[in-house]
Amino acid sequence: MTAQTSRTALSLAAVVFVTACTSFYEIPIETPIKAKLDVGAFQRVLVAGFLAGGADDVDGNLETTRLLRSQLRTKSQLRVIDTDVLPLMDVAAEDSKTDGSTALPNPIKSDKDLEVYEHVFADVDYWKKIGEEYQQPLIVTGTVMFTSRQAQQMQQREQEVFDSLGRRRTVAERRLVERKGFGLQGRFIFIDGRTGTTLHSQRFTESILYDANRQTPALSSYFELMDKLIPTFLATLSSQKVKGTRILLN
Amino acid sequence: MRVPAILGALLLVAAAAAPLAADEREDAKNQVEFGIKVAQLGLWREALSHWERAAKLDPTYAPAYNNLAIGYEQQGEFEKARVAYEKALQLNPNNAYIKQNYELFKEINDRTNKPDGA
Repeated sequence: MTAQTSRTALSLAAVVFVTACTSFYEIPIETPIKAKLDVGAFQRVLVAGFLAGGADDVDGNLETTRLLRSQLRTKSQLRVIDTDVLPLMDVAAEDSKTDGSTALPNPIKSDKDLEVYEHVFADVDYWKKIGEEYQQPLIVTGTVMFTSRQAQQMQQREQEVFDSLGRRRTVAERRLVERKGFGLQGRFIFIDGRTGTTLHSQRFTESILYDANRQTPALSSYFELMDKLIPTFLATLSSQKVKGTRILLN
Repeated sequence: MRVPAILGALLLVAAAAAPLAADEREDAKNQVEFGIKVAQLGLWREALSHWERAAKLDPTYAPAYNNLAIGYEQQGEFEKARVAYEKALQLNPNNAYIKQNYELFKEINDRTNKPDGA
């Protein structure tokens, strides 16, 4: 036995010994996560509407408002106000007209188009008026940009090959593949309905890519992407418990 | 003549200290084991006190810190959990269980501390 083999054998024995001496117990835990925003002063929440743009297949304003309302209804203590979705684009366009600014791009196709509308969130008087109308709730609004994406990604797969003696072996094959999908980015903005001022703002970016030949409806992708954002959104308003397991040692 | 005498004295001290250290490890193990039992019953605060005692008894016993970290995590004390996980990993850097626990903890901790664009 060479010195190196003896050393390897000794290390293996040491690992086995240490593992044998350690007992482990899997245990379920619930990690509490505090809400980022103190919403104790509010009893109601109004998901007002969103400035939305990008792909035509999904109405980002309507779908996001509906989805957040239904999530808040089941997962928050706040009473959700059911009302028509606010046409924020029209409100922003109206503001620009009275300011004498240039006409705003419609429809919104890019982040740059969206930017010129965003002054509506700083319109304290407007939000205060909305707040008064709905008994001073917490107001949720923001921007949603849902766009199609395309990219090339490296894919690795095992290829089976046989040599001249018929022996089988696998060879890793790497190739560039075309992927298509969607991206979702924007902001959730939380406004105090009593004062019209912004309490908290939270940016998000998510994307998903599929095989180029797979036909995924835009709306399905939108919900898939929103599913990833919802936990962070809810964690802003209410304390959450993340369930998981850990290993206790002895 | 003096050197062998000092060496002898050192050996005596070491020989006397060895069983002492072994006792402390044994006591720490007992505390950790009891902590596990009560944690399994959902009594996390009590479990934490036993694991804290174990870490005091034997500050080189990695399982005590690993379990402490899990207990702190369960209580939502993320900073204390991070310190305890790092101590456990420092004492036993190759333990796959501690590494796995720490990775899962970091995932939640990062999510909590994720900066929001205001």
